[in-house]
Amino acid sequence: MKAAVVGGTRGMGRALARLLAERGDAVTLLGRDAAELELSARDLTARGARGPVATGHLDLAEPDGFGAGLDAADHAMGGLDALVVTAADFAAQKDLERDPARLRRLLDANFTGTAVLCQQAAERFAARGGGTICVFSSVAGDRARRTNYLYGSSKAGLSVFLEGLGLAYGDRHVRVVCVRPGFVKTAMTAGLPVPPFAGEPDTVARVVLRAMDRGTPVVYAPPIWRLIMLAIRMLPRFVMRRVRF
Amino acid sequence: MGGLSIESVSGWGRRPVARAAVERPEHLLLPRDGRPVVARGLGRAYGDAAMPATPGARVLETVRADRVLAFDQGSGRLTCEAGLSLAEVLRIFLPRGWFPPVTPGTRFVTVGGCVACDVHGKNHHRDGTFGAFVERLVVQVADGRMVECGPARERELFLATVGGMGLTGLITEVTLRLQPAESGWMLVETEPLAGLGAMLDGLRDAAKDWQYTVGWIDCLARGATLGRGILMRGRHATRGEAPAGPAPEPKRLAVPLDAPEWLLNPGLMRAFNTGYYRMHAGRPGGSARIVPYQGFFYPLDAIGGWNRLYGRRGFLQYQCVVPRAAGAAAVGRLLERLGAAGAASFLAVIKDCGPESDAYLSFPLEGPTLALDLPYRGAATEELVHELNAIVIAVGGRVYLAKDAVTRAEDFARMVPRLAEWRRVREKWDPERRFRSAQSVRVLGDPA
Repeated sequence: MKAAVVGGTRGMGRALARLLAERGDAVTLLGRDAAELELSARDLTARGARGPVATGHLDLAEPDGFGAGLDAADHAMGGLDALVVTAADFAAQKDLERDPARLRRLLDANFTGTAVLCQQAAERFAARGGGTICVFSSVAGDRARRTNYLYGSSKAGLSVFLEGLGLAYGDRHVRVVCVRPGFVKTAMTAGLPVPPFAGEPDTVARVVLRAMDRGTPVVYAPPIWRLIMLAIRMLPRFVMRRVRF
Repeated sequence: MGGLSIESVSGWGRRPVARAAVERPEHLLLPRDGRPVVARGLGRAYGDAAMPATPGARVLETVRADRVLAFDQGSGRLTCEAGLSLAEVLRIFLPRGWFPPVTPGTRFVTVGGCVACDVHGKNHHRDGTFGAFVERLVVQVADGRMVECGPARERELFLATVGGMGLTGLITEVTLRLQPAESGWMLVETEPLAGLGAMLDGLRDAAKDWQYTVGWIDCLARGATLGRGILMRGRHATRGEAPAGPAPEPKRLAVPLDAPEWLLNPGLMRAFNTGYYRMHAGRPGGSARIVPYQGFFYPLDAIGGWNRLYGRRGFLQYQCVVPRAAGAAAVGRLLERLGAAGAASFLAVIKDCGPESDAYLSFPLEGPTLALDLPYRGAATEELVHELNAIVIAVGGRVYLAKDAVTRAEDFARMVPRLAEWRRVREKWDPERRFRSAQSVRVLGDPA
């Protein structure tokens, strides 16, 4: 695989990029913080990535730069057949409720930016005979909850987009994997109360890598979250009104 | 985001326990607030070394800062962030023919922790401590500067940081030399020895020809059999000696809950110790076996959460070293005192250390070291430690801060002749005592 990873310096993205590197895939790290990208590139190179790991600038808030980011990855690896997006914006609901600018930034990055990037990648992959697009959505997009529907709706939109992308480009050999992590213990969720069935980044990464290899359209990680979300989706609205979570 | 979470933390001995504001950043950086902080790795220090100085104070857990920054296959030189574990070093680099130069009895420790405790292993008599293989550290000091130090650069800061228990600054990056190993297999010989004198002689004898030596002693044996045990000596198996394929990971068991205290009664301990001795004594003597490195270096790593076997009240680990001249007599007095107290322990570990390092607070000195577990039974157990300390101080020995939970400040000062030098260097880099721990409050008199 020749994979461009957006968000590979931290959390689940870091864990997934390491699995790719350790089995000898080529990786390019795309993101905003050049210094962090460089440190993670050194990590992946030392862990066995094919060829030196390159870095490039990509900010989900700047769609004008997406083409250049993908070009840089393509050029560095002599080809590009996978895009992984684990980067996303996250904030506590209370910080989003009263700050429209902050809310807009989150919605723009998580939905608009990510969708535009993936659409662009799908066109490229289709024109060259195929590829894999693996994007981290969230179980928060499966059912609205009063305590995180703002973040959740950005992921709900993303999940529907990814489903459609997979349908639209499937016959041109573009495989789309929508990852829906449950609660995972990363720096992003530090300080939040840890619910039951919380996962570790490494475990999630292993599940996701298998899904990428197989082209599984939707993958829950840890897998138990498929059942949990099935149950939550079936709860009638009057129950969702009463529960406080 | 770097969120804080309020958690209960303890050392591996599971006591004491305190609340702490724990931060687990992916990139190590001191918080800007200037408040006291202690770094913590994988939490394998037994006592209070990585515990907050006051309840609720900041603990900076390094385990997510675990990137490999450079590796040179030709020389084995590794540069990594401080939170990388030895387990990861082994997983990544053993297949490429490289092994940690020094390893403690668990691989679930961070490289930063190995530096801060200046850990030693079964090869101390030959290779010295972990710090001997460290070429460069990046330390974020109290005023926020990132300072590079090493044996020839900012040497004082280096010597104060190696073995300095994280009290001179935040170790963020380490460059060290790994040692070549042709395989993940070990060639090991075991020999039963009937008493303490034979054990200490055996360890010294084996030290001449073997890279790794250690003794397991039955610390419940009394009288003529006092100090009887099993001597183990080993070295890395060559490619020709090793079986095909990598050394297999042992099946990991886990202790699912706290054991009841009656489980570890003296009777059971005695049976275990005797059984272990007989098992090895029954083996044909001197015959070499080839075993996976995991079982040789890390027998307890196969049992997840083995510290829960000591029950809810936890345990103390006691490790001391005494000068060679004091040798057998001092170790004998320690064992007799332990026996008289009926302080049951699983096997005790004995090892013959080589020359001490230049690092001011480094633990090992030339002579025998003894390590054992003491189930915590309240004030009596602490009192026993003070009595053992008195024996150690009388002969010019010291205890190991990575294990310690109860040693008094005045006793520690009498154990460590280079403490004043270390304090002077620390004063230069951290006059406000920004880096402090429950242990530094206890043994160094830091402000609580």
